Amino acid sequence: MSDARNQLYQIRPKVAPDGAELEGELLEVSMGPQHPSTHGVFRMDVVLDGETVVKLKPVFGYLHRNHEKIGEGTSYLSSMPYTDRLDYFSSLTNNWAYALAVEKLSGLVVPERAEYIRVITAELTRLQNHTSLCGFLLQDMGALGTPLMWAFREREKVLDLFESLTGARMMCNYMRFGGCRCDLPPGWLEQARKLVDEYPRFLGEFEALLSGNEILMARSQGVGRLSPELAVSAGVTGPMLRASGVDYDLRKVDRYGIYERFEFRVPLGDHGDVFDRYMIRVLEMHETLKILRQALQQIPEGPVVDPKAKLRGFRPKVGESYGRLEGPKGEIGFYLISDGSANPYRYRVRPPSFINLTILEDMCLGRSVADAVIILGSVDIVLGEVDR
Amino acid sequence: MIDEGLRNELAKQGVVATSLQELYNWGRSNSVWPLSFGLACCAIEMIAASMSKWDISRFGSEVFRPSPRQADLMIVAGTVTKKMAPQVVRLYNQMAEPKYVIAMGACAISGGPFKQGYNVLKGIDRLLPVDVHIPGCPPRPEALLHALVTLQEKIAKQELTGPNRPRHLRADLPSEFPVPEYGEHDLVPAKNETLWQPEPVVRAG
Amino acid sequence: MPIPNPEELKTRLEAALPGVRVEVFPNPAVPAQSSLLIAPAEAVAVAKFLQDEPQLRLDMCSNVTGVDWPDREEKVKVKQLVDGVEKEVEEVRRHPGCLEAVYHLYSVALKQGPVILRQRTANRTDDTAVASLTPVWRGCEFQEREAYDLFGIRFTGHPDLRRILMWDEFKDHPMRKDYVEPDDYEYEPTPHDEVLDRAKAHYPAPEVKA
Repeated sequence: MSDARNQLYQIRPKVAPDGAELEGELLEVSMGPQHPSTHGVFRMDVVLDGETVVKLKPVFGYLHRNHEKIGEGTSYLSSMPYTDRLDYFSSLTNNWAYALAVEKLSGLVVPERAEYIRVITAELTRLQNHTSLCGFLLQDMGALGTPLMWAFREREKVLDLFESLTGARMMCNYMRFGGCRCDLPPGWLEQARKLVDEYPRFLGEFEALLSGNEILMARSQGVGRLSPELAVSAGVTGPMLRASGVDYDLRKVDRYGIYERFEFRVPLGDHGDVFDRYMIRVLEMHETLKILRQALQQIPEGPVVDPKAKLRGFRPKVGESYGRLEGPKGEIGFYLISDGSANPYRYRVRPPSFINLTILEDMCLGRSVADAVIILGSVDIVLGEVDR
Repeated sequence: MIDEGLRNELAKQGVVATSLQELYNWGRSNSVWPLSFGLACCAIEMIAASMSKWDISRFGSEVFRPSPRQADLMIVAGTVTKKMAPQVVRLYNQMAEPKYVIAMGACAISGGPFKQGYNVLKGIDRLLPVDVHIPGCPPRPEALLHALVTLQEKIAKQELTGPNRPRHLRADLPSEFPVPEYGEHDLVPAKNETLWQPEPVVRAG
Repeated sequence: MPIPNPEELKTRLEAALPGVRVEVFPNPAVPAQSSLLIAPAEAVAVAKFLQDEPQLRLDMCSNVTGVDWPDREEKVKVKQLVDGVEKEVEEVRRHPGCLEAVYHLYSVALKQGPVILRQRTANRTDDTAVASLTPVWRGCEFQEREAYDLFGIRFTGHPDLRRILMWDEFKDHPMRKDYVEPDDYEYEPTPHDEVLDRAKAHYPAPEVKA
């Protein structure tokens, strides 16, 4: 691993047209933490030989908000609003992952309607996350404005649904241990069905504009290849792993919740480059719409929270648990060690974006600076999760 | 200033009467260019405010400049951590006068929900002068637009001469603030004493 | 997910790597997630076995966590012979603390898991070294750096062990249970609990009208 990296550290000899050898120097550039295209306060120290990246060291911690220490200091339920702020694009999946870990620890059972609501909200989250990501990736590629504007226009429709359900656009804080906080308001299901019916038209417009665009294809095909062996060894999960051709989607592997009842496919990529990651996310949006159609049709009536769940004085058993689910960015997991008291003894978040960044250097070596920017864009990081 | 009735009469005749101060402030307040500087979750609401549903370009601020040298306004959107604080102050120092700061969100005002922490700077006003604070976690895009309008009104009311001149027209007030260093346990200095003096909170009952 | 339970894993490890010290660490809340406590000296060998064994194929290390177990004292009532009479005497037992690294392993090839490994340091003060599993699973690289940064666990064999979340000049290990954070609670309009105690050091206590 280190040999391949060391080989590129020498400057390639450059020759002038008349045959004379030119002297060169390596240039060290710090890209970030304030940069027009980094996704948050993220810094990359790149060493360049001309335009080619010779070494790349990511530096983060600029948003380290000691979420885990706060988790140890507050009760289990009080940590739920903090989980919203981890991956602030997909707060509902973070909430569900945390609720899953605590339900494993305490043995609470989730009623059926709550499971359906969880699936519907998680898939809506995945939809708006992938839409925003396509917008941001194209913004990084230089299409300043239009794709991001379109993506955010659609995202606002999903956020309207979240707001009428949970009261907040982004920081939803909706899942509770044993179910959801409250039931769906009247008319919400019709609004959701309308959104799901109209979304394919937007996706069609988006794809017609972008997926066959020659600039997008030229800039992203073959760029930032990630081999499946390296991806698995590096703990990469989510659309990045599937773009490298590895069939590992936690919704099919762990079968948490009620995902077994829905029919959907898992798109896989062939090359593991930036274009594959972009296309995987577009295809996943189509599969998400399929799941949503089925869930919105099948949702039953019933309670939304386990009657045995206690809000106040919640003390789970002594022990530990690790609960994980497929978030839009990858496998988000919560590891809790409980000593029987109201606060967790150890509260740990398994952040998908942090771990997906392990191989950033490997993907960018030998490529130009402009490629490094879009490779970072395709990894889909959110600093709230990377730094916690 | 000019009597409003006279001004309206003249305007009906097609004559615009104004003062140099009003003209200067009108130009400045209606084209405040923000620095593209989002830290955390509030940055997403800032981006949403600049998108098509809550158009920020109606207020003249659609041009988010990446370089601090070309920006007028720094919207500190998100938690300022101690690791990031020297960078924030450095960026502020690099901006050209007149410059303004909006502290967006609970984290930028006082540390927010993450106040109890070893790496969180408890409010950006410990290190920089803030003009408008926006509460909320995160504040809605409409709140950001309201703050922008408040800032515009504040700029429009600034006087060019006299003792109440704004900072950029006074030679005695600093426009650059000391950049804190990374210490062994905390930032050095942890706060700017000249800028921020906390009032002692004495509550009765 | 037909992964063998921890007792069976222990037997297999002892059969394949003679002399290895493995202990099963039970998990009362979720018994399927009980873990194996391994010694740092054999950690890499155990990890390679778990990765290569055809029925396990644990090729992804999903999560590396650092945990701080401080020294604690336990008062235990023990029956002792005092002057020929059996009495119950209270004895103070000291459990020395340690730092721990917990690894959650999954298999992507066979879609099974998790297998949980634990490595413990000798103590919390001067001997805080464990083996790094980054040569086996690349995904441990950043997470072990984080455990070093926040807890102080030194991973021998890690290619690049330095701070990742805090700045380099920082001296403490913040996630330890005995860490005292810097005091910048000078302005607290609505303090309560321990924040009130910290705030009281800065301003006069709220007066209560009688």
